[in-house]
Amino acid sequence: MSSQLDPQAQEDLLNPRERSFTQRLATAADWRSAILIPFLAVISALIIGLIMIILTGSSFSEAMNAYLALLDGSVGSLRAISETLTAATPLMLAGLSVALAFRAGLFNIGGEGQALIGGMFAVWVGFSITGLPIFIHLPLAIIAGILGGAIWGFIPGILKAKTGAHEVITTIMLNYIALRLVDFLLKTTMFQREGRNDPVSKNIEVSAEYPTFLSGIDSALRVHAGLFVALGAAFLIYWLLFRTTIGFEFRAVGANPSAARYAGISVTKVYILVMLIAGALAGTAGAGQVLGVLGRTTPGFTADLGFDGIAVALLGRSNPWGVVAAAILFGGLRAGGQQMQVSASVGIDLISVIQALIIIFVAAPALISAIYRLKTPVASAQISKGWGA
Amino acid sequence: MSDHSSEFQQAPMESYLSKEAKSNTLSKSKVRRAKILGVIMLFLSAVVMFVLAPASAGIATFGLSFSDDKFQLEALAIPSTAALYVLAMVLAFLGGTQFLKGFQRKSTLILGISFVVFVISIMIWATAGQEFSLISMLVSTIARTTPIALGALSGILCERSGVVNIGIEGMLLGGAFTGVVMGSLLGGWIGLIAATITGGILALLLAFLSINYRVDQIIIGVVINLLVLGLTSFLTAQILVGRPEWNDAPIFPAIKIPILGDIPIIGPMFFDQTVIVYAMFGLVALTTFMLFRTRWGLRTRSVGENPKAADSLGISVSKTRYLAVVYGGMVGGFAGAWFTLGTVGRFDEGMTGGAGFIGLAAMIFGGWNPIGALGAALIFGFSDSLSQKLALVNTSIPTEFLSMTPYLVTIVVVAGLVGRARPPAADGQPFEKQ
Repeated sequence: MSSQLDPQAQEDLLNPRERSFTQRLATAADWRSAILIPFLAVISALIIGLIMIILTGSSFSEAMNAYLALLDGSVGSLRAISETLTAATPLMLAGLSVALAFRAGLFNIGGEGQALIGGMFAVWVGFSITGLPIFIHLPLAIIAGILGGAIWGFIPGILKAKTGAHEVITTIMLNYIALRLVDFLLKTTMFQREGRNDPVSKNIEVSAEYPTFLSGIDSALRVHAGLFVALGAAFLIYWLLFRTTIGFEFRAVGANPSAARYAGISVTKVYILVMLIAGALAGTAGAGQVLGVLGRTTPGFTADLGFDGIAVALLGRSNPWGVVAAAILFGGLRAGGQQMQVSASVGIDLISVIQALIIIFVAAPALISAIYRLKTPVASAQISKGWGA
Repeated sequence: MSDHSSEFQQAPMESYLSKEAKSNTLSKSKVRRAKILGVIMLFLSAVVMFVLAPASAGIATFGLSFSDDKFQLEALAIPSTAALYVLAMVLAFLGGTQFLKGFQRKSTLILGISFVVFVISIMIWATAGQEFSLISMLVSTIARTTPIALGALSGILCERSGVVNIGIEGMLLGGAFTGVVMGSLLGGWIGLIAATITGGILALLLAFLSINYRVDQIIIGVVINLLVLGLTSFLTAQILVGRPEWNDAPIFPAIKIPILGDIPIIGPMFFDQTVIVYAMFGLVALTTFMLFRTRWGLRTRSVGENPKAADSLGISVSKTRYLAVVYGGMVGGFAGAWFTLGTVGRFDEGMTGGAGFIGLAAMIFGGWNPIGALGAALIFGFSDSLSQKLALVNTSIPTEFLSMTPYLVTIVVVAGLVGRARPPAADGQPFEKQ
């Protein structure tokens, strides 16, 4: 991924004979692109957000109050931190899903659909099986979520590998198919709650819920055990990518699929496997929302999780721990945004705008370099290479 | 040597795969494809014969005229069960022939015909014993086709010049928003212009980041969608909610063209629509002409196919791409105005509801060609309109599956199961002057 290379490394990319293939793969992101650029991107986005609040008719002090509410709502109290982590949990998993695919040179826009299908699988196991103890029922429901997401990720994977169909197109289309499928399923007797006319699923059993491990202190602390699942997944993906042969193959295909093929790596296998795992991660994210927060499903219950995952993966530079950090930041923005809406009456949609601006700045580091007059410009992210096909 | 190695670096996996796929495309796989298509048709026939026909009873009545039309056509009354058995036979014949002998080159056309027959069967089954206004469905088909076709056109203009545009949805939404605000304040025509300019500005962002900073075009497209969704929702909550008079624009009336508008069926469909619909047909024709019959079009396409060659001939790649992308964005913004100024006159959060992505699908299905995309948009508009109207008739048919069609069709097309859509060769690849 040339996105993380400084000019020197980029030149090396153009003259591959001077550095071996493995050496280039091993090139670590330097501190500029890993920390400074994301930091400046967040600051810039927040400043533009502030200007927008003022432009929509607030005074400067009102706007600053809104940002103080944002800060207070994200880290100001134990409850705020709990809300931040609750919001960050699915973002970590969705971000990992996109990041893993990025590493293999694939752009998974389908996190949304994978999370929806995963959530539907999980909710079905959650409500249809009764009388199981939590240590059997909960894992079963999580596995169902993983399976659902993996199925929805497998489809674009196999299409890409066998027919060359571009994953960006197929995953976008599968998102909408999943949305419609959920709409349909929620009206069937299999899912719809008895006595309801609106599309809402049955509630899951208590034995399928993620335990809220801090509710002993205060029942309002919603942070749930899904957080550890997400952190575990981050560790697992880090280990997979950087400590296993298959992870090396993923990155090799991401760096240069033709070269990887000449080196004897099965690109077909990598594409299928990567999309399968990416789908499983997004499915776990959707399942986590069902089992930890919602307890049921409604149309579009994932609320743009897949798209937020793209933002998280870009900000985290497709590094599993970077993704965790980015997810906590975005979780904080979400949680703080709620507080901002309530106490400063600034709409929470501002958070979406700030998020979008952050991606622009992170994806175009040269823009940040130009604004802040940094000495060495950093190369822009180039992940996909057009439609191909 | 360095030139060669950079080529090697950029060689996308996709092209590698497709080469391999092509070399495998011997008669064997063609035969297999023919068999698969035959099985699909036989399956459709079986569905009509054993599921739909036994479950239907009575006469299906299809209205062909509005009550105030000048020339009244009598409603079409079809005995449902008998008609369904006949249609099932037709499907079985087509499927059987395809399976045994194959239609070779015509097989895609035959598959299309089979789907049309199947859709007619579903309509007959759904309306059995009831009345269904076919004409109002056809009229709304054209209306719903409009934003899809314009969205597809927006994508075609960008991608023919080599810039992938995933942000069509955002351009539609942005156009819808500024269209309604400016329309409420200064009148519909100003609203239409404002919507067009909004699309152009968003396209400038796409062009600036992808051409000047060579940022991944798909990422920018995704960002444009998120940015516009967030921005319009934020501004709606902060400004429009408190000022309802800013969110109450005049709607363009349908203009009936004399004489032509009185032709039965075709008149109400094509000659009694709003300015935006007429403009859509005009823009499709104009863009087709510009792309394939003018110097500008040749240059734009050359930059999208082989920017290096175009550059060596003295064509400015970045200038050509800027022009095409901004033109495309303006078409997208104009299309957005349809949602507010063309229908309801007010803006709601996220009201475009994925139409931009259906436009993207139509672009691909139509093979990056304006006329083809219009055809695809008509099919998608039809399935959209049909699912809306069928929901009104009392049937147990899950309309969700009908509204999935555009997406399913797109997947089938990009997977190359039915024909193969070829994108411009340099689509999505940033160009760096050497």
